[in-house]
Amino acid sequence: MTGAAGTPALEVEGLCKSFRAVRALDHVALSLHYGRVTALLGDNGAGKSTLVKCISGVYAPDAGVVKVDGTVQAVASPEAARSLGIETVHQTLAVIDPLDVVENLFLNREHTRGGRFGAWLGVLDKKRMRAESGEILGRLDIRIPSLRRSMSALSGGQRQAVAIGRAAAWGQQIVLLDEPAAALGVEQAARVLDLIRSLRDAGVAVLLITHNMDRVTEVCDRAVVLRQGRKTAEVDVGEVTKDDLVAYITGARTGGPDT
Amino acid sequence: MTDDSAAAGRMLPGVHQWLARRRQDAGLRQYVVYAAAVFIFALFAVILRDDGFLTASNLLNIGRQAAPIAVMAVGMTFALAAAEIDLSVGAVTALSSLVAAEAVGSYGFVAGAAVAVAVGAGIGLVNGVIAVKVRIPSFLVTLGMLGIVSGIARNMNNLQSLPIRNDTFLAIFGAGSVGPISSLLIWTVVVGVIGHFVLHQLRWGRHVLSVGADRSAAGALGINTDRIRITALMTSAAAASFAGVLLAGRLAIGRHDLGENLLLTVIAAVVIGGTNLFGGRASVAGAIAGSVVMAMLNNGLILMGLRVADQLIARGVIIILAVALSMREQKET
Ligand SMILES: Nc1ncnc2c1ncn2[C@@H]1O[C@H](COP(=O)(O)OP(=O)(O)OP(=O)(O)O)[C@@H](O)[C@H]1O
Ligand SMILES: [Mg+2]
Repeated sequence: MTGAAGTPALEVEGLCKSFRAVRALDHVALSLHYGRVTALLGDNGAGKSTLVKCISGVYAPDAGVVKVDGTVQAVASPEAARSLGIETVHQTLAVIDPLDVVENLFLNREHTRGGRFGAWLGVLDKKRMRAESGEILGRLDIRIPSLRRSMSALSGGQRQAVAIGRAAAWGQQIVLLDEPAAALGVEQAARVLDLIRSLRDAGVAVLLITHNMDRVTEVCDRAVVLRQGRKTAEVDVGEVTKDDLVAYITGARTGGPDT
Repeated sequence: MTDDSAAAGRMLPGVHQWLARRRQDAGLRQYVVYAAAVFIFALFAVILRDDGFLTASNLLNIGRQAAPIAVMAVGMTFALAAAEIDLSVGAVTALSSLVAAEAVGSYGFVAGAAVAVAVGAGIGLVNGVIAVKVRIPSFLVTLGMLGIVSGIARNMNNLQSLPIRNDTFLAIFGAGSVGPISSLLIWTVVVGVIGHFVLHQLRWGRHVLSVGADRSAAGALGINTDRIRITALMTSAAAASFAGVLLAGRLAIGRHDLGENLLLTVIAAVVIGGTNLFGGRASVAGAIAGSVVMAMLNNGLILMGLRVADQLIARGVIIILAVALSMREQKET
């Protein structure tokens, strides 16, 4: 486990993103460390999802840099982000309804068969993907009635579980979770927290967006607060109370040791 | 009919459960088109039995009519699966029959077919690039392309048909047969099998479906949605031009209007076959079954003795009805 003192897994500096007149992100800085869980907090419309989308290559930021392992990277596309080891669970989940669970887990990361020619053609190795899907979900303790079900036949929580499973399966370095437990029942939500802990223990740098302060105090090491596109606070979770966090989010208070 | 099936459901709980399960899997609608094919066949076999519907030559004729529709439908399936639409297919088919006729005369049968399909793929590429990069909905781009391509086809040989005298070409792409099986049927099966394999077993096929189902989600997973949409439109145009090769082979000519009026027929065939008009769900086998349905309907209308004008009206009504019914079925599940 690399400590907070080591090179950050991911660093963002001076990130700006506007949608016409709306300044969704205004010079935001953030760093994620291996083996640490960082909470990204803020009210609705604070810019949290926008920040995640800029890091994961969905949006091109207007200004600012993204560094992975200390090196400046142009995260020009979601594929670029994924190949840098950045996996994301978007707020909208990004699961494909007509495809089944296996296909969703492996989408754009498919195994092929038939050697080089098969790989060139993209002949799917469905058997292997099905077997590995069973392993992935089993390891993460995610229970889905049938891997062959299309996503549209799953409950909201199950869909969310698949999306998280996909990020956890492929996210070797950095995992960004945008409200990963929003649609989950008590038991499933607890399982997501376990999953986040096991990612952390495996040395993954995790960013967790949530509106639930209990989850912040349970699994997060640090918390970054956004308000109207600006970072208003960055604190060690161990040094503040839930009420402090809420005060930062609502703007009743700003600051924190690092800002 | 509803009463019947409900009664059957009460009598046969097993069947009822099976139906319910298929419905739950959103799978039942896949079979509607096959039931429709059987129903229409049986209907025409009865009401048109004195008009020669069931004669071997008429059935063969239906098969020959269905072949180019089916080939175009398989291509269109990919365009629709990607949530695009290709309205230029009929025009591309016609142009390609002329291109094939021209190229066969100069370079032989292989080049004849290859050049025609390449021209089609090229038109699809232009459609795709404009739709994706200039951000114009594909129905508008391909509608414009329909006009352009029809015009080019009309200029190409001054509205005259261009005879094809290459016997190998005609045997392979039209009149020939392997044993008792017409080469047109073989091509249809080949295109269908390839299409089905591509849709279900190749990464590209699943990506086409993903982009059609939810473009932004597919993009967020790193799929190059531009490339997928462009290649889906290329596929539909290339298939349409191969249909042009088959029409040219069957009729031994290239002409500016061969297959030109098939656009609506093809869309209807694909949609009643279970493909969603707005992307995300596709069936190649259904498209082929839908093509057979449409060919039977065309044939039946002719055998009923309808005048050409009335055939047009009847076909239009049938297409709207068929699509409306299949969309209702799709929405239910
Ligand atoms: N694609 C877009 N086009 C225009 N404006 C956008 C777009 N995406 C986000 N915004 C705006 O940017 C601001 C930040 O939105 P964002 O989705 O990042 O908020 P958030 O912090 O994730 O909120 P929530 O907690 O509700 O998910 C909002 O004012 C929003 O309206
Ligand atoms: Mg959000």
